[in-house]
Amino acid sequence: MNEHLEQLKEIRSMMERSSKFLSLSGLSGISAGICALLGAWYAHQKIHIEALYLLFDPQVRSEIVPFLMLDAAAVLVGALVTGAFFTIRKAKRQGLNVWNPTSKRLLMSMLVPLLVGGVFCIGLLYHGFFWLCFPGTLVFYGIALINASKYTVNDTFYLGIGEIILGIVALFLARWNLVFWAVGFGVLHIIYGMVMYFKYDRKQL
Amino acid sequence: MNLLQNFNKAFESKARLGIMSVLMVNDMVSFNSLKELLSLTDGNLATHLRALEEANYISFRKEFIGRKPSTVYSVTIDGKKAFNDHLNELEKFIRGT
Repeated sequence: MNEHLEQLKEIRSMMERSSKFLSLSGLSGISAGICALLGAWYAHQKIHIEALYLLFDPQVRSEIVPFLMLDAAAVLVGALVTGAFFTIRKAKRQGLNVWNPTSKRLLMSMLVPLLVGGVFCIGLLYHGFFWLCFPGTLVFYGIALINASKYTVNDTFYLGIGEIILGIVALFLARWNLVFWAVGFGVLHIIYGMVMYFKYDRKQL
Repeated sequence: MNLLQNFNKAFESKARLGIMSVLMVNDMVSFNSLKELLSLTDGNLATHLRALEEANYISFRKEFIGRKPSTVYSVTIDGKKAFNDHLNELEKFIRGT
């Protein structure tokens, strides 16, 4: 009896481990969230919040847009580097190779919506719809997460839903764009990372 | 205990059960990925694969990834059926006791 239960458990875990990338570390989410909060805080220090509302003004725009793009790029690099660090560390502890068919599928399923979203936002910038980039990045990121959730832990799906809802609300509250960005990329990531950490990572230590 | 007779002998070992589980949810899996997932040695894995192949439960194809030759495995229709039957038997057995 026990032997058969063991067999079933083994089968289930093999099916999951071979089709999903389960080495994503909760700490990766937390570190990415911290990077985003730092970036948002820095932008908040540098920009008067009213300026975000005056973006039709060409002078304001020419100053703020490059600054925010640099700031966002720095956040992205920081989040990717620290995130990759914790996930590679977890995979090593599990005795797995990080670069395997499941991680490739996970990356591809994220990259397609993300690249489309990126080009879409560049198009918005090009036409001067700067403020729409904030909700735009949140919504496309959420779609990427939902798409990717098939290939990793299920919780990613709910993070994706959260990002999309925030993005849509932000669409109608343009004044709070920076706050929504900080909540979406910062706070949500940290909550998600903590949930992941306590649910999956702690057990394995 | 005649229930036990319905268990498929081909799936007796943990390794073979593992191989079938992986192939049930992935269209094609390379030898090396199987090796990593199941933590088996080359020789050991090859033996189990051959046994499943002889039972006509899996099929393989040689491919080239760049210049490296690679063998990819997939489950056959027979294999799918046999594995599902095996799972049903396991379930019946556990429910019955």
